[in-house]
Amino acid sequence: MSLDISFIGILIGSIMASSVPLILAASGELITERSGVLNLGVEGMMIIGAISGFALMVITDNLFIAIIVSMLSGVIISLIFGFLTQSLLTNHVATGLALTIFGIGLSAMLGRDFVGIPGKDFPILFSSLRESIPFFGPILFGHSIVLYFAFALPFLTNYFLKKTKLGLVVRAVGDSPASASNQGINVIMVRYCCILYGGGMCGLAGAYLSLIYTPQWIENMTAGRGWIALALVVFATWSPIKVLIGAIIFGGISILQLHMQAVGFRIPVQFLIALPYLMTIIVLVVISRDSRKIKLNTPTSLGRIFYKEK
Amino acid sequence: MEDLLIRIEKRNDVPTTLYFFTPFIAIILTIIGGGIIFYALGFNPAEALKFYFITPISNLYGFSELLLKATPLCLIAIGLSFCFKSNNWNIGAEGQLTFGAIVGGGVALLFYNQEGFYILPLIIIAGAIGGMIFALIPAILKTYFNTNEILVSLMLVYVSKLILDYLVVGPWSNPEGFNFPETRQFSDSSRMPLLFDGLRVHAGIFIALAAVLVSWFVLYKTYLGFQIKVSGLSLKTAKYAGFKGKAMILIVFMISGACAGLAGVGEITGPIGQLHRMISPDYGFTAIIVAFLGRLNPFGIIFASLVVSLTYLGAETAQIFLQIPQYTGQVFQGMILFFLLASDYLLFFKIKILNLKKNELGH
Repeated sequence: MSLDISFIGILIGSIMASSVPLILAASGELITERSGVLNLGVEGMMIIGAISGFALMVITDNLFIAIIVSMLSGVIISLIFGFLTQSLLTNHVATGLALTIFGIGLSAMLGRDFVGIPGKDFPILFSSLRESIPFFGPILFGHSIVLYFAFALPFLTNYFLKKTKLGLVVRAVGDSPASASNQGINVIMVRYCCILYGGGMCGLAGAYLSLIYTPQWIENMTAGRGWIALALVVFATWSPIKVLIGAIIFGGISILQLHMQAVGFRIPVQFLIALPYLMTIIVLVVISRDSRKIKLNTPTSLGRIFYKEK
Repeated sequence: MEDLLIRIEKRNDVPTTLYFFTPFIAIILTIIGGGIIFYALGFNPAEALKFYFITPISNLYGFSELLLKATPLCLIAIGLSFCFKSNNWNIGAEGQLTFGAIVGGGVALLFYNQEGFYILPLIIIAGAIGGMIFALIPAILKTYFNTNEILVSLMLVYVSKLILDYLVVGPWSNPEGFNFPETRQFSDSSRMPLLFDGLRVHAGIFIALAAVLVSWFVLYKTYLGFQIKVSGLSLKTAKYAGFKGKAMILIVFMISGACAGLAGVGEITGPIGQLHRMISPDYGFTAIIVAFLGRLNPFGIIFASLVVSLTYLGAETAQIFLQIPQYTGQVFQGMILFFLLASDYLLFFKIKILNLKKNELGH
């Protein structure tokens, strides 16, 4: 393996590509969690997005429709979670877990006719610039539009949460649903919207996998990325910008372990793959032992059921 | 003018009969929902459901498989019921199962070329201790660092699976195994005795049944069980009563981890007979459904483990006869939990239909 500058450029480009599904899913889940809802169904929503996007691509031969439908199906499947947790006041953890289990099963059922069908090339932008500029070319250019959107998303999310009135409403609902409700905010409605938005982003993350990253349908193809995205939100202490940084670190680890395997590096691969999970636990310990620190960003009502006597 | 008004009221107390009746409603709704999904996918729903729920247990072998798969589910769910009853969200039973299997499997590999009556008990104890230790990690972090046990126990599932992967590929892989990711076969003394010749159901089922009886006794007849239930109902009351909250968190996690670890050794010393990558088809996660479906009641859990075990078998049969992926079992498992959680609404709220014409609003 030669460590020349153009190779490093390509390496960084591939790390960026591998971090896209994590950024999308984690940014969506971040909004959901900021509104006080813990949805453990990320993996299930992603895989539903992956199969519906791929299926629609095969059926309509139109990538745009495929992407839109994958987001819509993420929204629809998250509606089950929303209805159960918000309208029927079920436990968030159990419902989210059921959503993941259900999603993996349903996607395999829906996708049984789509196994082995080759995917389509997804259009990439600025492909000529990618070749002509050394080092920066493969980093900045030659990606799909979804990647550019994913890298803008954390900044948009940050702006939304910190600078807009709606963002303030979301945070208020997550931190103190009772006071928000007293202020005349419809807590249940806000939470519904945040859940559906999270579902849409997870659907898109899944479609990125089945349409762009590895264009094909394989059962269970999200392979635990939904859980990593969940870990990432905690790792980032519910801050959108840190989600971006964390996604690049976690995505980087998954790419680096492939290269390290290739050169016969001494550290066991399994240790590298386990790093994101271990790092998340360490971050959790660090932020949790100081009650002020955890209050700073953690949505106080995360995972708690809100019920308003009528 | 006739006008119906639906009013929803919070119940003050949950009727016990309804509490144990709703799981049956959930199961019936799941079967109907499954039929609809099969129909939508172009199968004959009646035929598909027959392959799913009747064909697998229509002979003795199928019945043995039902018990075989219900054994780990029941054991893990019994352990989880201690955690869930006291409001501790251990969702990493899959990790505790894996780590228990690693420790128990390690002991089995030490004795791979030896025979003796003491080997199996040693493996079982080692597995329980392994699961217990692994469950103590989220418990200690929760009690001393105030971390969220849901996230820690979940992250550790992947860590444990990667440790297992490292061991079976690397240091523990079978030296004569042509680099397959698996360990040596365990010796005969390391295997759970089979109950019947030709059937795979093994003595592990007695461990599960013992766990049911012991947990019933502990939960309903001892002071510890009382503490666990009170803490689950109200943490403030528990503190006011002077219960040692931290010790109790550690205890319920240890019980839960030990049960999951036992389930792990049951698998590797039972049907598997060695360590490899896929020692559990997510029993640790599915057992969460079992615990809920069984209403956290030891005897309810026996029933629930049989129902959920059937979804595993049904998925296998349906794969053979209908060529649908084995993952479909998870559609049913997910639906059971959805419907069960949804029907809980009936427990906590009364739905009253009022007829305005009869002027019932005045009450």
